[in-house]
Amino acid sequence: MNPSAKARAAGAPVRADISKVEPGALLRVKYRGQPIWVVRRTPEMVANLASNDSKLVDPQSTVPQQPEYCQNPTRSIKPEFFIAIGICTHLGCSPTYRPEVAPEDLGPDWKGGWHCPCHGSKFDLAGRVFKGVPAPTNLVIPKHTYLTDTTVLVGDDGGQAS
Amino acid sequence: MSAEHAQPSGLLGWIDKRFPVVDVWREHLAEYYAPKNLNFWSFFGSLAITVLLLQIITGIWLAMNYKPSATEAFASVEYIMRDVNWGWLIRYLHSTGASAFFIVIYLHMFRGLLWGSYRKPRELLWIIGVVIYLAMMATAFFGYLLPWGQMSYWGAQVIVNLFAAVPDIGPDLSVWVRGDYVISDATLNRFFAFHFLIPFLLVALVFVHIVALHRVGSNNPDGIEIKENKDEQGIPRDGIPFHPYYTVKDLMGVVVFLAIFSLVVFFAPDFGGLFLEGPNFQPADPLKTPAHIAPVWYFTPFYAMLRAVPPIADSQFPGVVVMFGAIAILFFLPWLDRSPVKSMRYKGPISKFFLGAFIVSFVVLAYLGLQPSSDLYTMLARVFTVVYFAFFILMPIYSKLDKTKPVPERVTS
Repeated sequence: MNPSAKARAAGAPVRADISKVEPGALLRVKYRGQPIWVVRRTPEMVANLASNDSKLVDPQSTVPQQPEYCQNPTRSIKPEFFIAIGICTHLGCSPTYRPEVAPEDLGPDWKGGWHCPCHGSKFDLAGRVFKGVPAPTNLVIPKHTYLTDTTVLVGDDGGQAS
Repeated sequence: MSAEHAQPSGLLGWIDKRFPVVDVWREHLAEYYAPKNLNFWSFFGSLAITVLLLQIITGIWLAMNYKPSATEAFASVEYIMRDVNWGWLIRYLHSTGASAFFIVIYLHMFRGLLWGSYRKPRELLWIIGVVIYLAMMATAFFGYLLPWGQMSYWGAQVIVNLFAAVPDIGPDLSVWVRGDYVISDATLNRFFAFHFLIPFLLVALVFVHIVALHRVGSNNPDGIEIKENKDEQGIPRDGIPFHPYYTVKDLMGVVVFLAIFSLVVFFAPDFGGLFLEGPNFQPADPLKTPAHIAPVWYFTPFYAMLRAVPPIADSQFPGVVVMFGAIAILFFLPWLDRSPVKSMRYKGPISKFFLGAFIVSFVVLAYLGLQPSSDLYTMLARVFTVVYFAFFILMPIYSKLDKTKPVPERVTS
């Protein structure tokens, strides 16, 4: 009942052209059948990240949910581009992108992030999980590397993460 | 057999010498003595068999036109709905049948609680019944993925990820169940295989259930053992032959059931989004979860319990344990009830109160499981999960303490 050779081979890395992603927009790419998000964060979005720290479960990303080169305050290689697997760490739904600041349903402290429709988990714009929601850990960041300024390869980083 | 029977002749005689057709007929129908005071609640056993047969027959016809492949499944269901002769009817019979099956089984199980049908000597009969219930839930779960709609996909995603919550082996276990790292074509294909197989195991289990029933005899609203009071011929004084008395009665039940069932099939097959859910009319999209997902109504009490349990030590596993525990505890019911009487008729007010609280908690949890979670609902779900378990866990105490009424010698009418 384990995955066939074909299913295992489907894990090949995918390239994404990120040149056309507008600031604040989210691009979905499919990798291993899962959604990969590429968000082009605006400077305000990046600046707002630190203000969430006290409300997060793991603000320093100590749980290895990301390659080492993404264990930093923005959880990314370039602060502008956030790349993550768009699957909730609770039970696997794909959270909804909510970039707006302080919407009615998410409260005045909301600085943008993701809200999972299944069980209400919340993540900030670096995919860090908020306290008091069912999801236990931050969103997973896949191995990735920039081939050029506008092309990112998801699923392979040339062995940097080892 | 008490009386002498003439040997059949002709074709029947030829068969009977080689296969005990006459004995089976007598032992299980013409001379199977059922209590004469059976009432409304005894309809649901035969109705469950009716629905099982309906599901198998419509299911086989659906399988003739359905394609268990991620690229074709959704379109093949629409093809059945639009292009296959009577395809819409076959599918609506099958989808409505799934919900009807659970309604009938829940009423059948409630009857068991009401009459104390799980008590000695029917412990094994009850346990076989719980196994049937589990097999039904597995069939329903596997079947729900097959239309490959949004709800199918994300429902399966959440449930399979429950296995990933098992400590240590969890992640590997969920990959093993899916046959892939995500819900995919491989998952759909194997779910189809299981969905086709398990109903035949269900038939075998139902057969075993009836064999066990006919060994111990049918219970009745009074919870009196009619076999303890037999006449000179060894026939229970309070018994009447199953055929023709109960075959006719059950047939009447089937007719009424089919009338109501047809109303749903023809006039409200999606039953306001309960039997067929809105998001499932969109093809599965692995990149996007619908705004609100919930299981089909018959799973929602257990789903509400899953959500009610907070993660402990970063693990969802306690919730999973509670959810499966809610079903597993049914296996122990025969030994939890310490009351000197079987039927609710002769039990006291405390037992009646707990049964009522249990039914209310089941219905409220079913409702909560359909709703998006909020702080109030989570609190309510926690309270009613406790009530659900209290019914079972406190039973050894309250069933013993409770006052009982005297049980008559003979059944009442």
